[in-house]
Amino acid sequence: MPAQTTNEVKSKLLPAGTQAPDFTLNSKPDQKISLSALRGKPVILAFYPADWSPVCGDQMALYNEVLPEFNKYGAELLGVSVDGAWCHRAFSEARKLRFPLLADFEPKGAVAQKYGAYRDGDGITERALFVIDKNGVIAWSYCSPIGVNPGADGILQALEDLPK
Amino acid sequence: MSNLKNPVTPTDHSQGPEDAPATLVEYGDYQCPHCVHAHSIVKRVQKHFGKQVRFVFRNFPLSQIHPEAEGAAETAEFAAAHGKFWEMHDLLFENQEQLSDSLFLQLAKKLKLPIDAMESALESGEFATRVGSDFSGGVRSGVNGTPTFFINGRRHDGPFEYPDLVAAIEDAIGPAKAVVNG
Repeated sequence: MPAQTTNEVKSKLLPAGTQAPDFTLNSKPDQKISLSALRGKPVILAFYPADWSPVCGDQMALYNEVLPEFNKYGAELLGVSVDGAWCHRAFSEARKLRFPLLADFEPKGAVAQKYGAYRDGDGITERALFVIDKNGVIAWSYCSPIGVNPGADGILQALEDLPK
Repeated sequence: MSNLKNPVTPTDHSQGPEDAPATLVEYGDYQCPHCVHAHSIVKRVQKHFGKQVRFVFRNFPLSQIHPEAEGAAETAEFAAAHGKFWEMHDLLFENQEQLSDSLFLQLAKKLKLPIDAMESALESGEFATRVGSDFSGGVRSGVNGTPTFFINGRRHDGPFEYPDLVAAIEDAIGPAKAVVNG
């Protein structure tokens, strides 16, 4: 693991106030999800570098546990990485994930690029979080150092801060 | 940088003086292998710093991946209600590979806790609220997996081997003072 810093990395993410770029990605080998189809409720978009990180309670496993708290705000959670739909399926089954993982696989990282969350050269996405309001506007974004699991506190605060 | 949102209170399970210069809070899961590893490290850290460190343990059961973690946490809380939190806490970690309802009862017997009361407490989820409130508070504070440590309210990111924790606590309070007997 690279040396971890506690400083927020210098971020090129789309900031709050920006219309969230629409996308359609595979959530299963035979199923797609479009962001625009979720209009009307808050959406949490969690970009993460890769499936199968070798720790207990990694970021996606944590969110799986915190899902009931996200649901209190009526929010939909979408995990996004450059892994393919079959890889996501195996990972999701192994971790018993109860929310969709989207495959930003072809063209690789294209959605992450639009959100300013792609790491050129590394070929993976940042650990980047977005909370999108019910009108499809980014209400909050945060880029965590790649080695640091950002937890869920920022997301919950952003959901809390959405106009009721 | 995440900070502990819910300060340590007398309802927390803690070891060491209330006014210790360093407070080490751990959010842990009795079924998490990394937490067992951390368990022995924390004991060494406590020994090293003596009265300079207060240690607090809060529940963060990752129930989806660790099906016995919630029951274990409630068992520890039941023991706490009978003044035996730390004894149960140690036993649960020492027996992590056998965690199950029958083990919980066995450990309760060992600690001479009222078995019937414990069975009904586990069944009714009497301590689920307490465990749940530890969990929610942890999430709000930026707990991002298990174990997660906070030193004087600041989340400790990165490795938690003995030298790492000692260094992080020294960063907060300066080098350990020689332990004076008595």
